[in-house]
Amino acid sequence: MSFDIDVRLRRRDRDIGARFRSDGGLTVVTGPSGAGKTSVLMMIAGLIHPDAGHVRIGEATLFDKAARVDVPPERRRLGYVFQDARLFPHRRVLANLLYGYRLAAPGHRWMEPDQAIDFLGLGNLLDRWPRSLSGGEAQRVAIGRALLSGPRALLMDEPLGGLDPTRRDEVMRAIERIRDELRVPILYVTHDRAEATRLATHTLTLG
Amino acid sequence: MLSGDEWQIVRLSLWVSGIAVLAALPLSVALAWLLARVRFPGKAIVDGVIHLPLVLPPVVIGWLLLIAFGLNGPIGSRLHDWFGVGFVFHWTGAALAAAIMALPLMVRAIRLSIEAVDPRLEGAARTLGAGRWRTFRTVTLPLSVPGIVAALVLGFARSLGEFGATITFAGNIPGETRTLPLAIYAQLQVPGMDAAVMRLAAMSVALSLAALVASEVLTRRGAFGAGAHVL
Repeated sequence: MSFDIDVRLRRRDRDIGARFRSDGGLTVVTGPSGAGKTSVLMMIAGLIHPDAGHVRIGEATLFDKAARVDVPPERRRLGYVFQDARLFPHRRVLANLLYGYRLAAPGHRWMEPDQAIDFLGLGNLLDRWPRSLSGGEAQRVAIGRALLSGPRALLMDEPLGGLDPTRRDEVMRAIERIRDELRVPILYVTHDRAEATRLATHTLTLG
Repeated sequence: MLSGDEWQIVRLSLWVSGIAVLAALPLSVALAWLLARVRFPGKAIVDGVIHLPLVLPPVVIGWLLLIAFGLNGPIGSRLHDWFGVGFVFHWTGAALAAAIMALPLMVRAIRLSIEAVDPRLEGAARTLGAGRWRTFRTVTLPLSVPGIVAALVLGFARSLGEFGATITFAGNIPGETRTLPLAIYAQLQVPGMDAAVMRLAAMSVALSLAALVASEVLTRRGAFGAGAHVL
């Protein structure tokens, strides 16, 4: 499973973009704030449209400006983990976890809810409302929700951003296990050097 | 208390207003979503036209409805030929007039509520495999419920008070289009009916107040989880 990414976005004042190849593992995308790291992830996910370039992940071409390929985000099968977890506030934890699972084609699912709940230690949170979760708990639920949607890869945007040191460690361990045990390719945005050193199998610097 | 005829007037008012808001709801949600989430040319004009009933004299709305939905109107004649639906001098006309007058208030309440839904949640739903329509149904719409409830109650209260457009378009027919305000107006034309007017007016005040209190209570509820608030 490999990333072959080349995305460009023209903004009024400057261009944002990234061009890289990476063969699986956890690729840390780093760079100063304002370098457009989040925009790059959003372009890969299809949430914003690049002006030029292509997005290929494994065998699949998800975007290719020249060939006029633009797969909508819901069919890209990229699990996005946002800095702010972004759980659905009107659904309890279990319903959040199952949101993408239920939408995924059975053949695309590669993890069952029980496995994910066990893997991330979510068993005692299932009946809770998102608002009542700590930052670390919410982030683990968000990771579980992304894993259960049957993604071909994960996109993580500063998933430890809002967390205190104890919670950071708890979430970081989960991410390492996803990298090593589940072997999901991950694109991981951060500007924290320690985090990058501990998690990265490849590193890419923007800006 | 109220006489049999007067109860009948109250029942007709509730029925006409209820049908009016239910009929206006789908259109209100669609327009609110369009105004809140979609950029398109001529948006300011659409927004303006929706708000016209709020600022135009109701009699003008009634007259426009008469032109469009009257028996010889471009829409009214077809509805009559194809479905046998008539509006003039019929309770459906009173409901249509009330719906048009309530529409701007309803669109406004729902639009504010949709705008308050974090679009990033919709983005999250998309990455999890939900298309636009499913995202709307499972994320945007449920999170807009407080605004929709407010719109229903507000539209209902507005419809109960509808007078000018109704009397112009649907007429003042006892038992058919004579809702509370029209009945009060009719009684005011008759000398010595002060007591009847007072009873009907009191009923109007009670119903409107009940609607407003209900809206207040409903919007304060419907939150998700402890200490959560949506509006």
